[in-house]
Amino acid sequence: MKKFLITLADIARFTGKSLRHSFTPPFEFREIVRQCFIIGYQSFFLIGFTSFIAGIVFTRQSRPSLASFGAESWLPSLVSQAVVRSLGPLITGLICAGKLGSNIGAELGSMKVSEQIDAMEVSGTRPFSYLVVTRIVATTMMLPVLVVYADVIALFGSYLTVNMINSSSMELFFNEVATSVTYLDVFSSLIKSAIFGFAIGLVGSYAGYHTEGGTTGVGRAANTAVVVSMLCIFIIDLISLQFINLFRNT
Amino acid sequence: MITSQYQYSNRPVAEEKTDTEPVIRIRQLEKAFGDRVVLNKVNLDLHPRENLVILGRSGTGKSVLIKCIVGLIKPDAGEINVLGYDVPTLSTDELNALRLQVGFSFQGSALYDSMSVRENLEFPLKRNRGLFNTQELNKLVTAALEDVGLEKSIDQMPSELSGGMKKRLGIARTLILKPKIMLYDEPTAGLDPITAGEINELINEVRNKYHTASIIITHDISAARQTGDRIVALVNGKNKIEGTFDQLKDAHDADIEAFFKY
Repeated sequence: MKKFLITLADIARFTGKSLRHSFTPPFEFREIVRQCFIIGYQSFFLIGFTSFIAGIVFTRQSRPSLASFGAESWLPSLVSQAVVRSLGPLITGLICAGKLGSNIGAELGSMKVSEQIDAMEVSGTRPFSYLVVTRIVATTMMLPVLVVYADVIALFGSYLTVNMINSSSMELFFNEVATSVTYLDVFSSLIKSAIFGFAIGLVGSYAGYHTEGGTTGVGRAANTAVVVSMLCIFIIDLISLQFINLFRNT
Repeated sequence: MITSQYQYSNRPVAEEKTDTEPVIRIRQLEKAFGDRVVLNKVNLDLHPRENLVILGRSGTGKSVLIKCIVGLIKPDAGEINVLGYDVPTLSTDELNALRLQVGFSFQGSALYDSMSVRENLEFPLKRNRGLFNTQELNKLVTAALEDVGLEKSIDQMPSELSGGMKKRLGIARTLILKPKIMLYDEPTAGLDPITAGEINELINEVRNKYHTASIIITHDISAARQTGDRIVALVNGKNKIEGTFDQLKDAHDADIEAFFKY
């Protein structure tokens, strides 16, 4: 229990330090841009591919149910709301938790055990700002971008599926999408995904930065980063759903 | 003063010391991890331009001692004075400024493995000096690599270098900031005797060229002989005996004799 509380306090301190360093100079613009490239650009294929498949699968799974009571025309509306509100952010968040969380945890972990972080520390190069803050800022910034991209690709996958069955036009499909998705859906999805990104960056960095015990420790850090990030994503998703519903009901 | 051309105006600058005044002064230093006492009232002085060897078996607290000197580990008690600054009481910014004057060469070299040799050397210059001029960076990097005989490896990655080359690069990366004090953590560990001898020579060359004061942590008696002006033997976290290599060799102490026996 004592160890758990100490760890919690340490995580709180780490989070506070990350936030403080994110808003105080010197800012690491070059490294943030480099991390955005690594985190964002290099994830496009994986996110695009999985979102495309998810769009197809969700549409095919939903269609029979809607068709059974003659509401097939609601398919674009149903898919777009599901994708924008939940599927897009969740799929992107989980994939990023796996890909980026493990990457950040393992990279910082191996730097820690090989004393590279200590080497930066003793040469006065402020490794916390350079290694941790840049990654957290980059994941926070890039997740919303990836979610928008995932949403578009998933909806495109959905359209192709609908088009193959009903030969409906793209214009009609996306008109339906545009009328059923609200600003609240889009903004809440973007804010939620930014929080997902913050959690992934924070958890990965914390696990990596506190790695102990050689190569076994690096593996453990990567594993912790993935598992805890995924748990965080589900918890954040649940909390944000309750919060957003407050605005929807009014 | 070597560092003057780069010195930040708002950072602490070491006062000029006389040749007799120690650049590092440690008094009654204590450190324990849980129940295990690692440093037990250690006292130490490092004088300008001196190579001080700290000799001891594995686990006697040698590395902990130099990590306390650069503020990587906080001591439990005692005084650490480096270039006139009381290290345990310094703020993060003050500590970072002081660290620019203290070079630390790690046992495993601690090279940034995602960066090339050139980038490893440019990194501290860009981060600490705000130096981004390509020509100037090139000049400083080339000079540092020439000092350690690695000028042909400038575009290689650390993974392509041998153990001895990695040690040299680690030293070059430290020297590029022109420190006043060098701390070497087991500089010859894991090297063959010939390469180890070359690293020892390099340590002496660094002292002669840059007039640095150095602490060399080692369990290697030939490294102690080759580099040490003075040797302090650390036994069970205490500095047990101190003197020149010959004085230690003649000391009638079982712990010290063991080093010369094997």
